Amino acid sequence: MVGIVVVSHSKKVAEGIVELSMQMAGPNQKIVPAGGMEDGEIGTDAVKIATAIKEAETGKGVVVLVDLGSAVISSNLAIELLEEEGLNIDIRIADGPVLEGAVSASVQAYIGGTIEEVVSAAELARDVLKLQ
Amino acid sequence: MAATVSSFISAINDSITSNKVFLTDLDGVIGDADHGINMTRGFNAVVLKVSEEDTDVGATLKKVGMTLISTVGGASGPLYGTAFMKAGGEAVGKTTLDGETIIKMWLAALEGIKARGKATLGEKTMIDAIEPAMEAFKKAMEEGATIEAGLERAVEAAEAGIEYTKTIRATKGRASYLGDRSIGHQDPGATSFTIILKTLTDHYKKEVLGV
Repeated sequence: MVGIVVVSHSKKVAEGIVELSMQMAGPNQKIVPAGGMEDGEIGTDAVKIATAIKEAETGKGVVVLVDLGSAVISSNLAIELLEEEGLNIDIRIADGPVLEGAVSASVQAYIGGTIEEVVSAAELARDVLKLQ
Repeated sequence: MAATVSSFISAINDSITSNKVFLTDLDGVIGDADHGINMTRGFNAVVLKVSEEDTDVGATLKKVGMTLISTVGGASGPLYGTAFMKAGGEAVGKTTLDGETIIKMWLAALEGIKARGKATLGEKTMIDAIEPAMEAFKKAMEEGATIEAGLERAVEAAEAGIEYTKTIRATKGRASYLGDRSIGHQDPGATSFTIILKTLTDHYKKEVLGV
């Protein structure tokens, strides 16, 4: 299954989103949080994100969901760090909302979707209306 | 007279720490008021990981970069982290630096920051200090100036870069939410870079030249 990494400035937010997403997927689905800094402060840590990507990878690639601003910069840096390590993992950053995107992506990954389908599920979550 | 790479790093930590409130206040005006706090946390962590035994400039700067990535937070963590790692990549195995190597390191750091932040000159970012400073240093070296003179001209160019950031509107990062209201205020990232550059210059003059 495609792995999922949830990147947030907050450790609690990332863990909470993973907790919620796991409700929609089975226990063997890899959904890994990468929130906050090394010391638990608010921020994004490319090293932590790189470690989470390695944990989420099972050979089908990893989709990364991000929250705000520097989450994208840190995720791109994490991808570069993994390349420098010589690891060949198919990693995509999904341009969707971090919570709704993670939930949709988790469902899609759990039912055996390809990496393209998982990215697409995460990005489509952006257009889902709540009051209709 | 020799100055170790760790003594330079330690000097940066001292000056960033003493400018913690200043940088945070600058960031409070146009950003999220954490730049000084973040940078101080990062360099305080860095000095614990770097010692006098670290003589390879490249390996040491890579270690500095990795530590900043995991400790700074905000966009400046991955940006400064990338800069130190890229600069280190041009100095692997070196225990001393000459003008030519410094230019290569500076260029690699600048290109790394530009690629990582998807930013360019004139967007009210640290690049507005880093790029003109690098150009001034490069020009000085091409004219046969000493490292000292090159660094001094670079500091002047970086300070002019800070002044320039006051005149323009932010289009990158948190400050871009302010639009025209960001005009009149200097960029915290350009300022922290200039503090680092000035510290390196002063430390070089004091520890290497003994003046």
